[in-house]
Amino acid sequence: MKIVVCIKQVPDTKGGVKFNPDGTLDRGAMLTIMNPDDKAGLEAALRLKDQYGAEVTVLTMGLPKAEEVLREAMAMGADRGVLVTDRVLGGADTWATSQTLAGAIRNLEYDLIITGRQAIDGDTAQVGPQISEHLGIPVISYAQKIQIENDSVIVERQYDDRYHVLKAKMPCLITALAELNDARYMTPGGILDAYNKEITVWGRADLIDVADSDLGLKGSPTQIAKASDKVRKGAGEKVTLDPVESVDYIIDKLKVKHVI
Amino acid sequence: MNISEYKGVFVFAQQVDNKLSGIALELIGKGKDLAKDLETEVTAVLVGSGVKNLTDRLAAYGADKIILIDDPELKEYRTEPYAHALSSVIEKYKPEIFLVGATAIGRDLAPRVCARVHTGLTADCTQLDIGDFPLNPIPGKEQLHNQLLMTRPAFGGNTIATIACPQFRPQMATVRPGVMQKAPKNEGATAVIEEFNPGFTPDGKYVEILEVVKSVVDAVDIMDAKILVSGGRGVGGEENFKLLNELAEVLGATVSCSRAVVDAGWKAKDLQVGQTGKTVRPNVYFAVGISGAIQHLAGMEESDLIIAINKDETAPIFDVADYGIVGDLNKILPSLTDKLRAEMAANS
Repeated sequence: MKIVVCIKQVPDTKGGVKFNPDGTLDRGAMLTIMNPDDKAGLEAALRLKDQYGAEVTVLTMGLPKAEEVLREAMAMGADRGVLVTDRVLGGADTWATSQTLAGAIRNLEYDLIITGRQAIDGDTAQVGPQISEHLGIPVISYAQKIQIENDSVIVERQYDDRYHVLKAKMPCLITALAELNDARYMTPGGILDAYNKEITVWGRADLIDVADSDLGLKGSPTQIAKASDKVRKGAGEKVTLDPVESVDYIIDKLKVKHVI
Repeated sequence: MNISEYKGVFVFAQQVDNKLSGIALELIGKGKDLAKDLETEVTAVLVGSGVKNLTDRLAAYGADKIILIDDPELKEYRTEPYAHALSSVIEKYKPEIFLVGATAIGRDLAPRVCARVHTGLTADCTQLDIGDFPLNPIPGKEQLHNQLLMTRPAFGGNTIATIACPQFRPQMATVRPGVMQKAPKNEGATAVIEEFNPGFTPDGKYVEILEVVKSVVDAVDIMDAKILVSGGRGVGGEENFKLLNELAEVLGATVSCSRAVVDAGWKAKDLQVGQTGKTVRPNVYFAVGISGAIQHLAGMEESDLIIAINKDETAPIFDVADYGIVGDLNKILPSLTDKLRAEMAANS
């Protein structure tokens, strides 16, 4: 079985966030980690590898520095790392990002593609389903459990008040929740191996069946009108009342705000 | 793409088990505001099996028109047939705006649809306006009018971005549940109902549902709760949390707590809000007996509405509270619970 795991190097949002003058993120200026949902997806792939035998390729799109996250994944047990990096890919929204990753994946053999549900920088949860659409394969989002049965995957798909047990024929794309598992640590041997292995680096020319008009900032249908640091909410009203008045005050506010 | 052909505000009227989700009505409510600015109509797109009876409710809450796609293949939500339904609606009716709830369904469905019809999608919006793009005129660049301006938090709430989709239609957004207001209910209102069936032929992209497992009174994750009643050291003890439990029960809320409470052993760690606990963004956050250390504020200040009750009028929680009540929680909570219970009974 061949599994492709899409991972993203993301700014650690606990640090500050920095912008370029055009309102896009200045990713070079921030501390980075492997996106938590993607790490769960990688762990899920490595468990399938342990259980059924599989070749796991990790794929990322980003600055050359994003190689770090591929090395980390390989130190955890991924077999191969592919970095897609090119100036023309910068400033991509989810449409252009998913086109880029789909264009890269068309070079690879795969039975299963696993992505994280969402990245902690954008929080959109869009890229996984969009890749599946570009590739014309089924998608199962929000996976909380993954099993293989012959040529199919059996997945528990989480909803607000229930889960569905779904069966899809491979190839198929699954988006993983961080709660899916606890990711393993890198091993010393794995780290050594990871740094001795070659990383495959692809640019624009390596993407298959993707138009220039679907890539980078220019190929992004959505455009940023304005981005700013969150303005901290100031204090609202503060009142000192007797208990009966306090209760009426709270109920009045809940009504005004359509809570009750 | 001839953008001028695209007209009207469409919303996905999400239903589960043939019951409309709250977000469906919220989207109609917001859609009416947008449609008014654009001098157009709101169309609800209702997708399911045997769901025609829901059209009255959509009309009562302000839908001008309803497109009904009713087919046995649509009984339970599955990505492919629902994506086919919505993208077929977009191809046929050409809406200029299409709103979907940012639910576990909508966040799977909308990206699949936008990838199919080739347009942009903005996730988890908390504000939608009609305006100009760019916001201010820029020499040498045409300023477009009547654009959908979609505002959303990003980077764990550290930033706010406003996004436009000037060159593609429909302008698509998923919208956070609980943020937009429903329109007032008008029982007699009617809508034009149009039945549409683009045909559903299962292929390799249709997944098979082996089982539907509904959770039975599983404890709600505090991150998913719409209303949190959160207690701090000021609650005074494990036993006294019953005052919070009772209030929570009346409001359909979930109880959470501050770090001090976990450290004292009154509550489990998975209920802890704050930097070393969970970050929550409920519609309403009651901070009861919580002083509001900066680490706590970091985990809850994104809540839409914060109501704080504390004896200490200098408590920092009042710096982020929309409504702060200086007083004794032991006196306020029991009578608040009783009065709310009476209010809810009268309204139901």
